[in-house]
Amino acid sequence: MEAEEVVAKPPKGRFCTICNQRRAALKRPKTLEQICRECFYAVFEEEIHGVIVDNQLFKPGERVAIGASGGKDSTVLAYVLSELNRRHNYGLDLFLLSVDEGITGYRDDSLETVKRNEIQYGLPLKVVSYKDLYGWTMDEIVKLIGLKNNCTFCGVFRRQALDRGATLLKVDKLVTGHNADDIAETVLLNILRGDIARLSRCTSITTGEDGPIPRCKPFKYTYEKEIVMYAYFKRLDYFSTECIYSPNAYRGFAREFIKDLERIRPRAILDIIKSGEDFRISTSTKMPEQGNCERCGYISSQFSVPSSDFLLLSMVLFA
Amino acid sequence: MACNSATCQSGGCYREDNGDKIDDQFPQPPPAVATESTQQRLSNGKNSDSAFCIKCKLKESMAAAFSSSSASAQVTGGGGGGGRGGASDSSPYCGDCFRSNLYGKFRLAVTSNALISPSDNVLVAFSGGPSSRVAIQFVHEMQMKAQKNFDASRDRSLPVFGVGVAFIDESSSISIPAEKFSQAVEEMRLVVSNLAPPVKEFHVVSTESIYSSDSNNGRNRLKELLNAVADVTGKEDLLVHLRMLALQKVALKNGYTKVLLGTCTSRIACRVLEATVKGQGYSLAADIQYVDARWEIPVILPLRDCLAQELNILCSLDSLKTVEVHNDHHSGINALITSFVKLLQEENPSRESTIVRTAGKLTPFHFNRMPEPDDCNMQLASQRRQKKYNLKPNESLPPESPCRICNSPLKKSDVKSYKLENQIMSAEDISNGCCTSCQFQILPKDISLLEHFYSLLPPQMAARGEYSCLGEDRWLREQIQDCLLSDTEDGT
Repeated sequence: MEAEEVVAKPPKGRFCTICNQRRAALKRPKTLEQICRECFYAVFEEEIHGVIVDNQLFKPGERVAIGASGGKDSTVLAYVLSELNRRHNYGLDLFLLSVDEGITGYRDDSLETVKRNEIQYGLPLKVVSYKDLYGWTMDEIVKLIGLKNNCTFCGVFRRQALDRGATLLKVDKLVTGHNADDIAETVLLNILRGDIARLSRCTSITTGEDGPIPRCKPFKYTYEKEIVMYAYFKRLDYFSTECIYSPNAYRGFAREFIKDLERIRPRAILDIIKSGEDFRISTSTKMPEQGNCERCGYISSQFSVPSSDFLLLSMVLFA
Repeated sequence: MACNSATCQSGGCYREDNGDKIDDQFPQPPPAVATESTQQRLSNGKNSDSAFCIKCKLKESMAAAFSSSSASAQVTGGGGGGGRGGASDSSPYCGDCFRSNLYGKFRLAVTSNALISPSDNVLVAFSGGPSSRVAIQFVHEMQMKAQKNFDASRDRSLPVFGVGVAFIDESSSISIPAEKFSQAVEEMRLVVSNLAPPVKEFHVVSTESIYSSDSNNGRNRLKELLNAVADVTGKEDLLVHLRMLALQKVALKNGYTKVLLGTCTSRIACRVLEATVKGQGYSLAADIQYVDARWEIPVILPLRDCLAQELNILCSLDSLKTVEVHNDHHSGINALITSFVKLLQEENPSRESTIVRTAGKLTPFHFNRMPEPDDCNMQLASQRRQKKYNLKPNESLPPESPCRICNSPLKKSDVKSYKLENQIMSAEDISNGCCTSCQFQILPKDISLLEHFYSLLPPQMAARGEYSCLGEDRWLREQIQDCLLSDTEDGT
């Protein structure tokens, strides 16, 4: 805890508009209010608490795994969640769960960060690796199939890896650090790509309730900029680069656009999410069926996989 | 979060193997891709095996014509209509097939949605731009055909629909040099008078005419109203709503039965993103259908399936005169979205269509179909056509009243129910009668200014939603009316 500045009136600048006692240190990205650091921490944390309570994300006694990549979202999530758990007595057993895809120069560095988080926050860490689960690292897979479709594989593998890790930890729920910017981006992308099925699901704060491990996103209404600000001021330890294999030229369009939009009207990010929630999508709209993999029974959304890829997939899963 | 490349539409969505930064030039889609649409060919430039129109295979395709003409001389600007050409003139169709294809989309929209019936009197909104210019042209062609059939028929049973043209004069809200303005109006008048027979009346309506009082008073109120809106985007959107009110007024006054807008696919794609970004996801479906019957005079959008690029090509191909009244200079969020969509469309020429198709899967509202005429036969036919959605308003609930300013349906959970005290509108009532988007970007932030703002609204907006204030009681009463023994509530 920092000592409060003992000044009668700040030499220049104005007072925090919330507490009116301390000097304003920043402009809040979501609302442009000029507030001091302590008030920022308070509103940031309490808004997340509000989201958790309003959406009834947790029950006392639950074992909850935090998907930890070592990036800013998951680091701040781990920090805030353990803090709120203490402050408001959620009664949760929190764990860090990390997936090692085996990407040199990216994942091995960020895993070091998560290991430090384990010590810094006192949350037990479990790492599940593609190598252990499937016998392959992403490096090896990319070497084999090149840079096309690699994200598809990694996504499928990661979902299964998280579920298996969660099962090993015997947790009831998984939380991820998806923030408001992510969800707004996803809403936009689904409109641009014509994916009405995903559009109807992507704003749900909890997903997979009918599956093995439900997942939720406490940061659904939290701005990315505020997460960065929080991590910066609190000097939290995180690792920030993008996956070296990620192409995502397309998501870049949407991201640029949202950044420009935020500059003109900060609340637009929340407005996009609201629109996503409000879209009138009939439940009888023909949605692609979510079935099960013919081989191993795991859930699968695609019925047909190109045969060469199928061969690789089965090699990976059943070798 | 990962790019699902099975469905990814961008041509190249992977990096060079040596790990370099992503090349901003998207590689051409591999020629083996079988699903390449004809639209994509528009941006691929000269394609050696489409020297002939892909439809009639007789005449030279516009793409071939363009590349051969630009190869030699300097590009002075594509066909008549000046300079709008360039690469966008290249098309796999020849001029004739292109024209008939585009007109075909218009005609299909009109016939399959029963947009225009023989007894109608259609008012076409003309901004001077290419979309509404084509709208007038196509409506005229349809009217001429109907007239020809009428003249040729023996019993003359099917009348020919009437057509009028309206231009909204916004010079009191947007600064336009007076000379340029009057010249533009004269050019438009000439365009309309040349589209005869059948003769079409040309109406010039000023925005301030929506106020019933004299024009000076109206102009001042309008100026004050617009100045009271601080948000740039809010002001632009308010002008759009006022434009529609002006159209409705002139249509009502002159006995028109339909208002026709030249809104095209590209404009709708922008509208979809604008609505998403402003939190209007609930009401979006209302604005983007062929029919919008919320209004007293139903509004129809027969050019909904045509791209702006196609309409531009047609204008230059047929030398259709367009008039630029003012530099339609958007700013704020609307401008950002227009440039974003333009960027996406350049990267993938089917993007606008995809956006509109996605939004087309949202459930429309009950007013998004043509109100059923009294004629029994027509009723059955239109019912067959509209089977897709069960759009009858739920008769066991009181009718929802729309946002006072933008006339959009309000989501039930967003509406705080309120009862009017002594039928006087309080600041809270004013705010509650508007959607969250209008509340944020149009209504003044300062609550003390709300009542004055309300007084500046044109009568049509102020009157909206009055039903909901008195409405719920009245509606309940109507339900039980036949069992009430007295006319008043206290039994006297």
